[in-house]
Amino acid sequence: MTEFVAPEIDWLALAPLIVVLGAGVVGVLLEAFVPAKARRMTQIVLTLAALAGGLAFVVVLWPQIVAQPVQVVGGSVTLTPFALGAQGIIAALAFLGVLVVADRTATGQDSFAPTASAVPGTSYEDLARRSGLEQTEIYPLLLFATGGMMLFASTDDLIVMFIALEVLSLPLYVLCATARRRRLLSQEAAAKYFLLGAFASALFIFGVALIYGFAGTVRLLEIAMAMRQGGLPLEGMTGLLVAGVLLVTVGLLFKVGAVPFHAWTPDVYTGAPTPITGFMAACTKAAAVAALVEVLYRISIGLGGASPEALRQLQIVVVVVAVLTMVVGTAVGSVQTDVKRLLAYSSIAHAGFLLVGIAGFNLQAQSSTLFYLLAYGIATIGAFAVVTLVRERRVTAGSGEDNGPVADDGIVLGEATEIAQWAGLGRKAPWLTAAFALFLLSMAGIPLTAGFIAKFGAFTGAVSGGLWWLAVLGVLASVVAVAFYLRLLVVMVFQPAPADSGVEPVETTPGVEPVETTPVVEPVETGVSTTTTATMARAQVAAPQRVVVTVVRSRGPAALAIVVCAIATVILGVFPSPVLGLVEQASKFVP
Amino acid sequence: MFPWLTVLIAWPLVGAAVVGLGALGRSRTGSASAGIGLARPLALLFSLVEVALLVGAFAAFDPGAAAEHQLGETYPWIPQIGATYAVGVDGVGLLLVALSVVLVPLVLLAAWREQGRDEVRLRRFVGLVLLLEAFMVAVFCARDVFLFYVLFEAMLIPAYFLIGGFGQGAGRRRAAVKFLMFSLGGGLIMLAAVIALYFLAVGAGVDPGRAFLVDELVAVDLGTAAERLMFIGFFIAFAIKAPMVPVHSWLPDVAGNASPGTSTLLICVLDKVGTFGMLTLCLPLFPEASRWAAPFVIALAVISVLYGAIMAILQTDLLRLVGWTSVSHFGFIILGIFTFTPLGTAGSSFMMLNHGLATGALFLVAGFLVSRHPEKSQQIADYRGLRSVTPVLAGTFLVAGLATLSLPGLATFVSEIMVLIGAFSGEPAGSAAWAIAAIPGVVLAAVYVLLTYQKIFTGAPAAGLEALPDLRVRERIVAAPLVAGLLVLGFVPGLALTYVDAPADESAALTAIDEPADAAAQMGSDK
Repeated sequence: MTEFVAPEIDWLALAPLIVVLGAGVVGVLLEAFVPAKARRMTQIVLTLAALAGGLAFVVVLWPQIVAQPVQVVGGSVTLTPFALGAQGIIAALAFLGVLVVADRTATGQDSFAPTASAVPGTSYEDLARRSGLEQTEIYPLLLFATGGMMLFASTDDLIVMFIALEVLSLPLYVLCATARRRRLLSQEAAAKYFLLGAFASALFIFGVALIYGFAGTVRLLEIAMAMRQGGLPLEGMTGLLVAGVLLVTVGLLFKVGAVPFHAWTPDVYTGAPTPITGFMAACTKAAAVAALVEVLYRISIGLGGASPEALRQLQIVVVVVAVLTMVVGTAVGSVQTDVKRLLAYSSIAHAGFLLVGIAGFNLQAQSSTLFYLLAYGIATIGAFAVVTLVRERRVTAGSGEDNGPVADDGIVLGEATEIAQWAGLGRKAPWLTAAFALFLLSMAGIPLTAGFIAKFGAFTGAVSGGLWWLAVLGVLASVVAVAFYLRLLVVMVFQPAPADSGVEPVETTPGVEPVETTPVVEPVETGVSTTTTATMARAQVAAPQRVVVTVVRSRGPAALAIVVCAIATVILGVFPSPVLGLVEQASKFVP
Repeated sequence: MFPWLTVLIAWPLVGAAVVGLGALGRSRTGSASAGIGLARPLALLFSLVEVALLVGAFAAFDPGAAAEHQLGETYPWIPQIGATYAVGVDGVGLLLVALSVVLVPLVLLAAWREQGRDEVRLRRFVGLVLLLEAFMVAVFCARDVFLFYVLFEAMLIPAYFLIGGFGQGAGRRRAAVKFLMFSLGGGLIMLAAVIALYFLAVGAGVDPGRAFLVDELVAVDLGTAAERLMFIGFFIAFAIKAPMVPVHSWLPDVAGNASPGTSTLLICVLDKVGTFGMLTLCLPLFPEASRWAAPFVIALAVISVLYGAIMAILQTDLLRLVGWTSVSHFGFIILGIFTFTPLGTAGSSFMMLNHGLATGALFLVAGFLVSRHPEKSQQIADYRGLRSVTPVLAGTFLVAGLATLSLPGLATFVSEIMVLIGAFSGEPAGSAAWAIAAIPGVVLAAVYVLLTYQKIFTGAPAAGLEALPDLRVRERIVAAPLVAGLLVLGFVPGLALTYVDAPADESAALTAIDEPADAAAQMGSDK
């Protein structure tokens, strides 16, 4: 009988994860015990505090981990500086993301359905809204997702990685379905995400099984070491390993949103509540890319010793995916007519640029990847935060015409996401437009913004890995990308707002209680969605109304997030060296 | 030592921040906001103080050693990627800084009434102009390739907003996008070359923390193939910027649609970054590749000279015409640079300054003219017989036009003749033949200037234009320094040549292989 030995656990090293996931559990309890009135505020405070706490522990741990990486709980959590850096970035981005989630704006409503379980368009849904219900479960869900992401980026064990993948994915599937408006679209997005995500998870776990079959272990470092030393029972069958690694990589590339595993991205990003889209686009991508880097890098160490040929093939796969992702992301993105879809394709294109940096398989690429994730994440969260504030408003005809004052009494509807609707935004909301323009310029990689330093790092990473032609391709793709960001910029800044928003007069009862009705989305053949209002049918003939585009005031959190993102974008663009210094420390990979 | 250059860069930034404060407020049209409008006087004050600072920089600069980069400052900026903040100017750089700094207050004055009473719009305009000024000054001072690249790209953004937001033409948004896409496309190709250059320099043993510094890179032997590739990368970016046929097509669109003030800054200063880059980066960094490409470049330059001039003659739009004349003149500048003779290079450097003065004057005066037309028409055919109506305007236009066609006695004549003589004795094969081929460009210039003058100002005044007011005091103040500059430098070119001769010798020595040293001395004594 072997005696059970309690493992030595370095609790401090686990602290960032424990704080975030623990707060998620506490959040679930709060749902049960805190009165409904105070629930929302309690949840927000708890969530933000947990994320800030997680980030604080990352900072505390930093010097220790940089000096000596640790393995905790038998290697289930492997804290390298890179992993810890990824954790910090995820926590920081999640903090900004939650700020956007928490904003109710001047309309007094957040972006989430009062009861996500109600069937869209039913009287039950109507009742829930009228009685002011709120779905505060989104905050614990966000914490679980964030915790899963942090674990995803910091484990060496493929089984733990799979669990982390599920922990981060399941809450996201749910969150995608909770949009207040365009609920069918939102639920469709969640269903798509779930089905394709489950498929990707299956591929991932199958790949893990193959790798286990080859190496007899699911620990990446042990695999790498064993391959270097030789003597594995199936030594000759590196094909098994390569197939396994490819399947695992596919699972990860799905989360990254790389072509050809990107098909879900535009639909899910469009359908999900916009704050969640921002959170997903920034944090999920960060976690998935960090995990991809760890897997590929550790495998490449092993393969480099055992079978350079196989390593070369793996590299070719990554390069091909990178090229495809850049080309498809930028090319398809340039013909989009919806802001959220455009940002979705932009995120695909950025996955491509990230892969360009990763494909070099070297240490320099690791640090540039972290910086890229930070710069991209900040711009993304900021951009989606701006999207949440640009709304449609139904007003009496005549108000707001010829740039006159818009009556404030109109009912604010959902987000105005058609690019054409953004015309003249520069006149209506100059500060917001300036911030959005800054985020677009950063994503386009214009110098003196964070995006430029990030892109520069990714391309130098590729060049130092000997892939200079890939860097040239990346540069060319950037030119196309610039064109599509510019298109949006031109509409916002230079185009005057259309004199008439081109919306046919809607008939409704004057004096009807200004409670917002749920626009039900009916997809029509053209693919453009039209909004009709369920209760409109009963309305009597009254003053014609029209829909104008308006900018609602933030209640603070989202505005704070936008300001922080904008300032960070400029600072990281002009004086990036402190942060670059930190991420450089993070690239000390310990195999 | 007083950091003149950093102050020159930082001061307009401060100005942009101060003036731009509130630029993002809601824009109101009409006279509803009857604010007194501090923005204009404030911006003008900032730009005039900048001129005073420039005088200080000139005083600190030693013309005796104009070939050296003086007033230098070097600080680490982003050590992780090897970028430094390194500034310094030689004589050519200083003259171009001077051109930018002097043109800005004139442009501000010229645009005094342009934005109407819309205070917010006005603040945006002057804020962007000051921001652009900071970038322009900085880019001529940059001695670090990375810094140069960053500024080269970053200054496109204020320029883009100036073109797209404040022009008169209906096509200004398209023009702005076209401008930005051309420039960014070229810039990104240059970025690939910049990255490659860094890695080659580090590979050759340069300290990674200094591997973007031009002074370090000059000494690196890149190997023929790599050097040529990188030359192409840099040259495409500069050729687009310059602009040179066949990548010039954005320029006439911008000239025709942007406001004259914007065009002045853009074409007279910003585009000089292209030729300045060829002179101070392409030649010293890639001397062998420059010689290799020279026959091709010279051919394109001469084609630019002729094509630009012919297109100018064919234009019906006054501002587009001025734009096309610049294509022609930039051809001359590039021709001079790639002759590799001290005379040609010095002529090109001098011409960069003169073109700024002459074309600036032409753009601004043309803008004054257009602003007088009841319908703000830019069509030459809409004007007739204004000499008797607005004699001062006509006279100023004539002087600016004569400067454009390089009349002896004006500064442009000196520089153009230097370029042509330089080209006759130029190094690259066939240089003399190309120089002869470029001469019709001089004749064509006379055609487009004098024909235009004749159409607009002679004959009986057109209906509706009989009572146009002549140049106002403010407008005369704008035109006077430019005209004076052209005249003074025409009679005493030595004032500017002191600053460009030594750098030209240096540049010729860098690109020379062996014997041109005494040829250089000979040409030097000729002038």
